[in-house]
Amino acid sequence: MAEFALPKHSKIVKGIDYPLQSESENPKKVNVYRWSPDDDENPRIDSYTIDLDDCGPMVLDALIKIKQEVDSSLTFRRSCREGICGSCSMNIDGTNTLACLKSIEDIKGDINIYPLPHMDVVKDLVPDLTKAYAQLTSVKPWLQSDSRPEEGKSRKQSPEQREKIDGLWECVLCFSCTTSCPSYWWNGDKYLGPAVLLQAYRWIADSRDENTEERLNDLEDTFKLYRCHTIMNCTKTCPKGLNPAKAIGEIKKLQLERK
Amino acid sequence: MNSNIDEKFIKVEDMKTLKTHGVGHWKLQRISAIAMIPLVIWFTTSLMLTLMDGYEQSIEWLQSPFNATGLILLFGTLYFHAASGLQVVIEDYVHHEGLKIVSLILIKLIATVLGVLSILCVLKIFL
Repeated sequence: MAEFALPKHSKIVKGIDYPLQSESENPKKVNVYRWSPDDDENPRIDSYTIDLDDCGPMVLDALIKIKQEVDSSLTFRRSCREGICGSCSMNIDGTNTLACLKSIEDIKGDINIYPLPHMDVVKDLVPDLTKAYAQLTSVKPWLQSDSRPEEGKSRKQSPEQREKIDGLWECVLCFSCTTSCPSYWWNGDKYLGPAVLLQAYRWIADSRDENTEERLNDLEDTFKLYRCHTIMNCTKTCPKGLNPAKAIGEIKKLQLERK
Repeated sequence: MNSNIDEKFIKVEDMKTLKTHGVGHWKLQRISAIAMIPLVIWFTTSLMLTLMDGYEQSIEWLQSPFNATGLILLFGTLYFHAASGLQVVIEDYVHHEGLKIVSLILIKLIATVLGVLSILCVLKIFL
């Protein structure tokens, strides 16, 4: 039945304020969501004021600076710091994006940072992506083929065939799109979400893959695919500028064509 | 907050048993939407041109086989489209299985009753 009360520990409270220790001509306040599974506290927003003249240009630089210089307990995922690994996805300034690709300069006022919406939180800015990864595995995101390429040769593709997977292979699986999708918020247990559907289409569109029919059969489901209502939050938020909504549209088109 | 990995993997695999075919419903919803564009334009134009003139004129209008056919088609498409749209809304937001099944049946029932009733009314005047 409908639940009207929020679960325990849902209310976010004001946290610790860390003012700037030295004089600065260019101070910036960074408000960060904090929650730890180790105690029984509510989530809180800690505020760190940093000196932008002594900080890299991206939001990830600010987070690393805070972790190194102010508060080592601040927890977030990061690795490549150049938009390739997809680790540092989080909600910055109200939009899901990669902290390493989001320029501090583009944010007016305080920088507000939250974990990706509507996922369980492991700690601070680290969301639990177990379910999303399991959904990704379920679409078998790898090349499936019964035929063998010529001995010692790779599988050939014409430039036209190769073009079909442009705008798909670039996805770094940061799940910014999936966690921005209201349909995924309401039905994330059954709907696969934009990131996983884009991956599914990446293999459907690949001329080297020979399992297209089975892939389409698996996706032809009221919930897995058709919970997409073309809301387009996915395309709007993608930090890599990809278009998951279009990929989902292409899958729907293929479903229609083969019926 | 601690996630049980095995449990979540099982959940994704279990989705297969939920499998219901989606493309048919998706297609019919769009076809009925497209069909309603000319039907609604025709009906509102007729409404403004003839039906506003009064009771006698309206009865006369409905006694034309073309108008009666158009109106029956409009009612059929309208209730079908409304029911399939509401079905999606319920699937989206109602997560209690029992309540979901009951409301889905109710919606189809109400749409069918209203559709048959509307068509019978048209036929009664036409005949």
